[in-house]
Amino acid sequence: MALTVIAQQPVMQEHPEAYPKADIQYGARLYGEHCDRCHGANGAGVSGVNLASGKFRSATTDGQLKMVITNGFPTAGMPPFRFDTADLTGLVAWLRNMNSIDRGSMKAGDPARGRAIFEGKAACGSCHRVNGKGSRKGPDLSDIGTLRSAGYFERILVDPNGQLLPINRPVHVVTREGKAVDGRRLNEDTYTVQMVDGEGHLQSFVKANLREFRISTKSAMTSYRGELQPDELADLVAYMLTLKGVL
Amino acid sequence: MTLRRYLGMALLAAGSLAAQNTVTPQRLLEASKEPGNWLTYSGDYSSHRYSGLAKITPANVKGLGLAWVYQSPVAGSWEATPLVVDGVMYITQRPNDVVALDAATGRVFWSYRYNNLEDPRVCCGANNRGLGVLGDTLFMGTLDASLVALDRHNGHLLWKTRVAEAKAGYSITVAPLVVKDKVIVGVGGGEWGIRGFIAAYSAATGKELWRFYTVPGPGEPGHETWLPCPTDSKEYCDPEAWKHGGASVWVTGSYDPATNLTYWGTGNAGPDYNPVQRPGDNLYTASVVALDTDTGKLRWHYQFTPGDRYDYDAVQVPVLADIQFQGKPVKAMLWANRNGNYYVLDRVTGKFLLGKPFIKVNWMSGFDTNGRPIQTPQPVGQPTYPGLQGGTNWYSPSYSPRTGLMYFPIWEDQAIVFSRIPVAYREGNGFGGGGFQPFVPSVGDPKKGIPTAAGVPNLRRGPINDWTDAAGHGAMLAVDPATGEPKWKFSMTDVTDVGAVTTASDLLFTGGREGYMQVLHARTGELLWKRNLGAQMLNSPITFEAGGKQYVAVMAGLGLFVFGLPE
Repeated sequence: MALTVIAQQPVMQEHPEAYPKADIQYGARLYGEHCDRCHGANGAGVSGVNLASGKFRSATTDGQLKMVITNGFPTAGMPPFRFDTADLTGLVAWLRNMNSIDRGSMKAGDPARGRAIFEGKAACGSCHRVNGKGSRKGPDLSDIGTLRSAGYFERILVDPNGQLLPINRPVHVVTREGKAVDGRRLNEDTYTVQMVDGEGHLQSFVKANLREFRISTKSAMTSYRGELQPDELADLVAYMLTLKGVL
Repeated sequence: MTLRRYLGMALLAAGSLAAQNTVTPQRLLEASKEPGNWLTYSGDYSSHRYSGLAKITPANVKGLGLAWVYQSPVAGSWEATPLVVDGVMYITQRPNDVVALDAATGRVFWSYRYNNLEDPRVCCGANNRGLGVLGDTLFMGTLDASLVALDRHNGHLLWKTRVAEAKAGYSITVAPLVVKDKVIVGVGGGEWGIRGFIAAYSAATGKELWRFYTVPGPGEPGHETWLPCPTDSKEYCDPEAWKHGGASVWVTGSYDPATNLTYWGTGNAGPDYNPVQRPGDNLYTASVVALDTDTGKLRWHYQFTPGDRYDYDAVQVPVLADIQFQGKPVKAMLWANRNGNYYVLDRVTGKFLLGKPFIKVNWMSGFDTNGRPIQTPQPVGQPTYPGLQGGTNWYSPSYSPRTGLMYFPIWEDQAIVFSRIPVAYREGNGFGGGGFQPFVPSVGDPKKGIPTAAGVPNLRRGPINDWTDAAGHGAMLAVDPATGEPKWKFSMTDVTDVGAVTTASDLLFTGGREGYMQVLHARTGELLWKRNLGAQMLNSPITFEAGGKQYVAVMAGLGLFVFGLPE
């Protein structure tokens, strides 16, 4: 019965304007690298399939589109593709917008310039770690390019508070002995809290033993809005999308 | 221009309460000087599994209570030993998860999941026995025969090195041994016709630095012990038996900085039960090998069970102890072997000093002057003592320099009727070459076994001990390390797969298949405390400190149980 109800739900079509520009850009690049040799630049390269039409025979929702890309249509000659979350999010964003945007007009960020900004001007390594280098205060970003999307990077760089995952909220404690420790939350229960401290070390506290215990909803990261130019932000996003971890 | 980031944190680098210092090679060398931690599989390089902690004593141990439990979400036997580094406990759980826990509360800091290829073939379950640590990095072998390095502060993968091919039956279940800048592992797969090896990898990069094949190839010393097949052989004989000769390595070795040797026990020859198709002693199967830690070159070896036909292996932890032997100081290696004998070797030269049965054995009748066992294979259909699981097995022994005693779990009066069949090697296929049937003596005719039938006890079973003591039972045995003479024995009705840890307060922590965690007096074997943990224990307890308090950790079933004294 429950299944029937779900099947009868109207399928919500995502609105093109809901797709972040960075995802569309990234997806356009991936499309060029992986898809257009069969589907063509205009999406009509396979007989009977017009990707630019915005209508897909085997997929209505974004989730279904991702499944089609992942599983392929081996009997029709389309192989399965091993794309990660960032890739699939980008590809779907591009497919949803390729009828209204010219791929040639999309200016993607430059990963090499982005790396220079990451390691230099933006000083991301003072809090984040990539492939064994940098601080452990913030989340390790070595494989962040598989876990998040271009749009997410674009948003968090200018709005860290709005994008802060609750588990990562800053914790401030003062022990009974008067020692203050600040860090990033890793885990919490009714009686204890676990965090990584300013030195990147793991710490666990019993709340009953604390004089002060505060969790902030404000990210320890400040916004790059105004501090980095749009092109620089795009470069940074492009670099973060290359962080695919140890393969 | 450098932008300001993480403003709040920068101001408060004061933070750390439990100082978490990097684990240097020197700390590993002197691990016994920081008994609050547990830095290697066996506690220290000499593999004493002896802790200098003494807050839990024979006088107060009755107050021992449950501090916390961590439940593995993955079903199956749990054979791992945790590491404890400055208040953080690191464990592995099936198949190759790594979890960092607060050692005082059991709450999880991070967890890492390694996704194995679909290839792994393992004889005995998706086991992993633990981690190695160096600097800020953890090392783990995987079921698909890779070695991975993780950032121990956040669980992120730093590098991955393929060690061997899983589809050919290779796996890694051993906890790595870290010495200097090297991570040393061996490969499992003795039931799949592998050619075993021990190899060292750069801790920094994962690059292989040396590899020692535990089955020597043509032209290498020891290869001559894989004899040519007789021309008149009536049974199947494999002229290239060495290529899949086994000698797997699945329990962590030891290291002696004075000799710069690392010592490892090796597994059965392949196939397990059919020596006819692999004539000869089959070096270096069922042996201990002493390797130069820098080069991997063989310095010496001793073979406990030449031409092993019982799957006895020699997969035990080498215990390195300086003892008085026949009135002289000796740098000894103490070894209670699965084949039922207790051994003392000179660990510098490999010289055989003593071999003495600690249980009933009938596969051999004694030793020749060179320390070679005089083998007495039993007639077809007759029981061999000890049985397949051996007199002891991979379960960790303990040596207490305080009591001067060597402790190890034993299986007494357990026999198997072995049988052999020819088996041609095929990559990825099982390579047993025979079978085994637990032997339960008939009343009134102990040479005759109760016939195989439904309900006849098997080696593995549930919580009801339908095997009973008629088919063997377990004990913890304490022996004089120089003579092998028993000093005391703590007997259990059921068998035991649990090693021991001893402490500076003369306690011995152990358990058994019945599910009891037991605390014994290390000098007398007296039972001081016990708790039913409700499931079989399959590893060895450790003891450590967190927040200045001593704890004892042991796994039973899917639970990691940690005990301490009341506040």
